[in-house]
Amino acid sequence: MKDSPYVSTTNACKLCTPLGASMVFKGIKGCVPFLHGSQGCATYMRRYIISHYREPMDIASSALGEKQAVFGGGPNLKKGILNVMKKYDPEVIGVATTCLTETIGDDVARILWEFQKEFGDLDLPPLVHASTPSYSGTHMEGWRSAVKAICDQLVMEKAPERDAVNVMPGFVSSADMRHLKDIVEDFGLTPILVPDLSETLDGPALYDYENIPSGGTSLSDIRSMSGARGTLEFGRIMATASTGGQGLESRFGVKNHAIGLPIGLRESDAMFAALSGMSGEPMPRRHAMDRGRLVDAYVDGHKYVFGKRAVVYGEEDLVIGLVSFLAEIGVTPILAATGGKSNRFKDEIAKVCDILPEVPETRQGVDFFDIAEEAQGMAPDLLVGHSKGYRYAKAWNVPLVRVGFPIHDRFGGQRTLHLGYRGAQELFDRIVNAVLERNQTVSPVGYGYL
Amino acid sequence: MREAILEERRGQVCVSGAGPLEMACNRDSLAGAVSQRACVFCGSRVVLYPIADALHLVHGPVGCAVYTWDIRGALSSGPELHRLSFSTDLQEKDVIFGGEDKLRAALDELIDRHSPKAAFVYSTCIVGLIGDDLEAVCREMTEKKGIPVIPVQSEGFKGNKREGYQAACKAMFTLVGTGDVSDVPPVSINILGDFNLAGEIWIIREYFERMGVTVVANITGDGRVDDIRRAHGAALNVVQCSGATLELAKMIQEKYGKPFIRASYLGIEDMAESLYAVAEHFKDVDPGIMERAEAVVRDELAKLLPSLEKFRKDLKGKKAAIYVGGAFKAFSLIKAFRHLGMKVVLVGSQTGTEEDYEELGKITDPGTIIVDDANPLELSHFIKEKDVDVFVGGVKERPIAFKLGVGFCDHNHERKEALEGFIGMYNFAKEIHASAMSPVWRFVPRRALAAGEKE
Repeated sequence: MKDSPYVSTTNACKLCTPLGASMVFKGIKGCVPFLHGSQGCATYMRRYIISHYREPMDIASSALGEKQAVFGGGPNLKKGILNVMKKYDPEVIGVATTCLTETIGDDVARILWEFQKEFGDLDLPPLVHASTPSYSGTHMEGWRSAVKAICDQLVMEKAPERDAVNVMPGFVSSADMRHLKDIVEDFGLTPILVPDLSETLDGPALYDYENIPSGGTSLSDIRSMSGARGTLEFGRIMATASTGGQGLESRFGVKNHAIGLPIGLRESDAMFAALSGMSGEPMPRRHAMDRGRLVDAYVDGHKYVFGKRAVVYGEEDLVIGLVSFLAEIGVTPILAATGGKSNRFKDEIAKVCDILPEVPETRQGVDFFDIAEEAQGMAPDLLVGHSKGYRYAKAWNVPLVRVGFPIHDRFGGQRTLHLGYRGAQELFDRIVNAVLERNQTVSPVGYGYL
Repeated sequence: MREAILEERRGQVCVSGAGPLEMACNRDSLAGAVSQRACVFCGSRVVLYPIADALHLVHGPVGCAVYTWDIRGALSSGPELHRLSFSTDLQEKDVIFGGEDKLRAALDELIDRHSPKAAFVYSTCIVGLIGDDLEAVCREMTEKKGIPVIPVQSEGFKGNKREGYQAACKAMFTLVGTGDVSDVPPVSINILGDFNLAGEIWIIREYFERMGVTVVANITGDGRVDDIRRAHGAALNVVQCSGATLELAKMIQEKYGKPFIRASYLGIEDMAESLYAVAEHFKDVDPGIMERAEAVVRDELAKLLPSLEKFRKDLKGKKAAIYVGGAFKAFSLIKAFRHLGMKVVLVGSQTGTEEDYEELGKITDPGTIIVDDANPLELSHFIKEKDVDVFVGGVKERPIAFKLGVGFCDHNHERKEALEGFIGMYNFAKEIHASAMSPVWRFVPRRALAAGEKE
């Protein structure tokens, strides 16, 4: 249930379900995300995503009108898929539903089955579909549904064993996904990310416009997931529902390692330990060095941040990871808040705060009105979250350390690193510097040393 | 099987200079075509949202509200209630059992909390399907709370942005005629169709004030409920922006007999003509007004024209593309580019009408590509074909330009510099110049190769 006494929502701290699914489909090689619903949904999400990534983000729509809302959207969905095939020549099409099509009761699985029969003579790309009614859950439920749909619908057979690791990274940045791939490769294994947005939403300048940006996880890699050494599935909340990784374990015996989003030292240690286990290799030297440097930095910077009071908000798994990290550097997380409502949030926050004398307040299913009301009396020194908290940071005159999605008021959100020792290092530097900058700004002395 | 333009969209792409232009427009967007258009709700939301002292409650699932939270950064000189995003955040059980109770409770709560002058309640797709009686709830809450609670019938799937504009105008029209107009002077106007995204309405108001014209209501940039209530008192409605507010002007004309003229504040000619047209309208009531209008134009041009010279020198001969929501904006942009010595080679809009496209056919150079309801692949195709240097559009068009090594000017959501008025022409020229002349293009593969360098 939501921890809020109010009926209305003001400045929501969550996004809608189909957005999460569209993001996941964007991370599959040659895939065009397709929303079955009214035209506006696709356009709004595109705009929202483009403002963060500054990259093309095409999402097709079945563009239903009044007639289709009454008589069913099947014909438009089929026609839309044919048009996407003509224009994009996609390798996969990922269809997600919306509140409109869920409510009128379109049976997408059946419509797609009919489509495949009707047009069986054409060279059809595989069609994946996820059920994502916007009135149920947040963008993270949409994300999870799409990852699960990919595992359930595209991985049909036990593949030959290969030295690969499946990674379900959750909604992290393109830079995070690049870093994860490097880490897995450094253990001598091949990473298979679902999804992989490292290039599709952070691509280079090229000679020609790519209809579908290159990058993403290929269909053949996806199909080979059933032969991988194991699956790394991030997110303590993610792990409590039915997931793609769990399905690969139960259907093909691919061991699923469910661990927290690897933010900070302890959660990253868990990820590296899992990779050591899967590869039989010790931690590669460069990462051991990163870890050592991180601990060294923790020591060098500890006094600047000790006891600083932080409010952290955003999607559940990201907040849990950030709180875990803040707890280990001596920052006091005073409030952890999320728009999600898994009913697991409070417990997981308590677990990652076991090294603190006091666990932070938690609020699930809340909006920024609730968060502000709660935080105002707590005299925070720091906000940590996406850019939609800016108006509160400004009102309270405290720094906002921008993380996650969306970051609409700063440049380079897609290149923000959060994960692994290196991500922790970047976050630590940014937080220490946010505190120092604030001290310097309010000080009457223009001091030149820290 | 890849096609740049889908068969069914062929009628929505024309080339000027080959006889009268016959555009197949005002159609529903084609499934799977990746239209740049949004929905009915979007149309209503962008028109009404700058009314700063009203509560804007989106009745629906959270997405519709969250993606339109302060969507265009419309500025207010006073209250900023419009910059918050209110939603009923409908959940599964509301969809099953109906959302009316939740809507009632949300309105009760939010009106008590913020004491707005009025509340707009936006309908979304889902509300249209589950059959909530928005009108009845709004009537009931109007009585209970003592402020107008106005339903906006903007179910997303019931058409495109145009229908949304109309729903917004209908909603606003319920306010018009409810305020005291006894002190409105005879030389008075309403400004319709500017949304004050970067302070433009303040610039335009100042010109009118220098001419001796009183502005009664801004509709809707920096708008206020009480001003809209008095809008029927203004002698003339000056309407900018194609579809957005024209309907309201027509409704006011029909019911209150107040005429309207169309205007545009973009570019030198259109800005000046708009001031002259207003002066012309009032010249019998106020014989000195034309002279004052001329003085405004003269003073502004004296400052502006010399400052444009340096930009013109660099920009002369460069090629521009335009893709905007309403076609009316495109007319002015074409002239503005001409003034900078540039050539428009591609122009399109999301919601242009037959007349709009006919006009575009007339004012563009032969060979210009004109397109209705385009999409990323068509736009990228034409930009390459025409070897465009600068593209004007909104956030969704920006990556298309940048990936092709083409400069870009955001004429919509994220701009922070005023682009209207005489000063706006300067800002526009400066931004086009900054993007076109940046040294970064020489490093972009497409440009580097064109310049004969090795890949």
